[in-house]
Amino acid sequence: MMSSWLKNWFQSQKQTRKFHPFWIVLVVMATLAVGGVVWVATYLFKVEEAPAVPAVVSSATPGQDGAQSDNLPAIAKPSPLSVEQGGVFSPPDPEDIPSGEFGDVIRLGKNIFTDTQTYASAYVGNGLNCVNCHLDAGRKPDSAPLWASFGMFPAYRDKNKQVNSYEDRLAGCFRFSMNGKAPPLGGKEMIALTSYSYWLAKGAPIGVALKGRGYPELKQPALAPDEVRGKGVFEANCAICHGADGQGTLVKGRYVFPPLWGSQSFNAGAGMSKINNAAGFIQANMPLGQGGSLNLQDAWDVAKFMTSHERPADPRLAKK
Amino acid sequence: MFHRKSTRFEPRQRYADTVRLLVLTALTVFANGWVSHASADKLAGGVLAQKGGAGITACLACHGANGEGQAAAGFPRLAGQHQAYLVKQLQAFANGKRKNAQMEPIASALSAQQINDVADYYAGLPGWKPTANPVASSPQTALGFKLATSGNWSKGMPACFACHGASGEGIAPHFPSLSGQISSYTRAQLKAWQAGTRDNDPQGLMKSVAIKMSDEEIAAVSLYLENPALNGKVK
Repeated sequence: MMSSWLKNWFQSQKQTRKFHPFWIVLVVMATLAVGGVVWVATYLFKVEEAPAVPAVVSSATPGQDGAQSDNLPAIAKPSPLSVEQGGVFSPPDPEDIPSGEFGDVIRLGKNIFTDTQTYASAYVGNGLNCVNCHLDAGRKPDSAPLWASFGMFPAYRDKNKQVNSYEDRLAGCFRFSMNGKAPPLGGKEMIALTSYSYWLAKGAPIGVALKGRGYPELKQPALAPDEVRGKGVFEANCAICHGADGQGTLVKGRYVFPPLWGSQSFNAGAGMSKINNAAGFIQANMPLGQGGSLNLQDAWDVAKFMTSHERPADPRLAKK
Repeated sequence: MFHRKSTRFEPRQRYADTVRLLVLTALTVFANGWVSHASADKLAGGVLAQKGGAGITACLACHGANGEGQAAAGFPRLAGQHQAYLVKQLQAFANGKRKNAQMEPIASALSAQQINDVADYYAGLPGWKPTANPVASSPQTALGFKLATSGNWSKGMPACFACHGASGEGIAPHFPSLSGQISSYTRAQLKAWQAGTRDNDPQGLMKSVAIKMSDEEIAAVSLYLENPALNGKVK
């Protein structure tokens, strides 16, 4: 019925010569062509802008709820930063470190980071490796990840009352946490560690305090942190790896589990020697593979126990 | 003067000499006993492993002539495993903390001394050594390499080698050697921790890792640990 009507109309149009039916084909093709050009253009535009735009949008509006997040363009989802989903920045996979000269330096940086005892031995004065406090080779959130630190420098620090570059910050790690001396600025080690950090932070915004940065700020416990209770927590949860005496486990001259105090541990100027940092790190990450398992009180108590022991002096005090 | 002093101190000196002699004798006897005792351990353990005993099947029937394990049946490698770990497992089979139809009756039949002996024997056998020309990696062993050396922190899973030693050789006494272990055995144990059918790990440390693993990850890491000489690069 409908088709016969359409056929009649088509024939009549042909014969009156007022409207040639080929026009329909023309219009359809023109629409497709224009649409195609617009689609291709937006696609290219989106691919180019994707890594940068969502990062800024999302981190500028951390309070957004789920409903609002859903309104964001779909292209935002595969970006490295999915903070708009309440998520955490995801650094690149070490397997994807590029080949070539820059890649080699990034890889050296990773090696220094995970095996500081071998690759930067001249600057280390204890038995530790960077990765002891920065888990997953500096990638793990709530374990002072490099990607969250890199974009926060230069910055003024109370610790030395001046504006610090990222290299200055790394130097601090060597001086305090590694109880050693800073590798020279512009030297092989500094360049490699900075390159590795830069590479991990690829796609992260500059100057934005990202989720998972540093160690978590824990709420105050119900009871004041107590060394004696902390000793009990330590023996039940930590001693299996760190030893009943907290001196770690040494195998063939290398610490397979790090010493927590004493001459081979971080010095009194290190961030980890402050009870709030220690409690935050421990609660989020310890025992290894069981992060979040200790309750608030236990985390503060065991942090108190650990930080109450003797360790190498703060070099800033020794100089006076 | 000298003579007088010497006579005055003579009784006390003799007494001191006697004490010294006694201590020395005691030390010698103790050291001898300890050394012979230790070697007897290993020898007795070896006999037990190879010939069995009253109500005790010879270990080598299932675990291989050199303690290398048996892949087809999933019987684990024992050679080179830490003594303290082996003792703990035999005790766990005996007191029911670890379930296994074959091992429970055997472990129950062993005396405490025999458990020590046989653990000592297997700990003393050469452990796994990397072969000169390891076979090429597959995408599966590459995943296993990654899990063993770096873990999968997106799921909160630490690297195997973070606790089991830099190349899986284990860290005595709590963390057993994994390198060269029969893959079907490792797979079965990871699944047992997941299911809660094995739970004799200290502080639930192994369970908390196993429950985070997918079947694919368990298969990959078990295969990799059987030959951890592979560097994870797919050729």
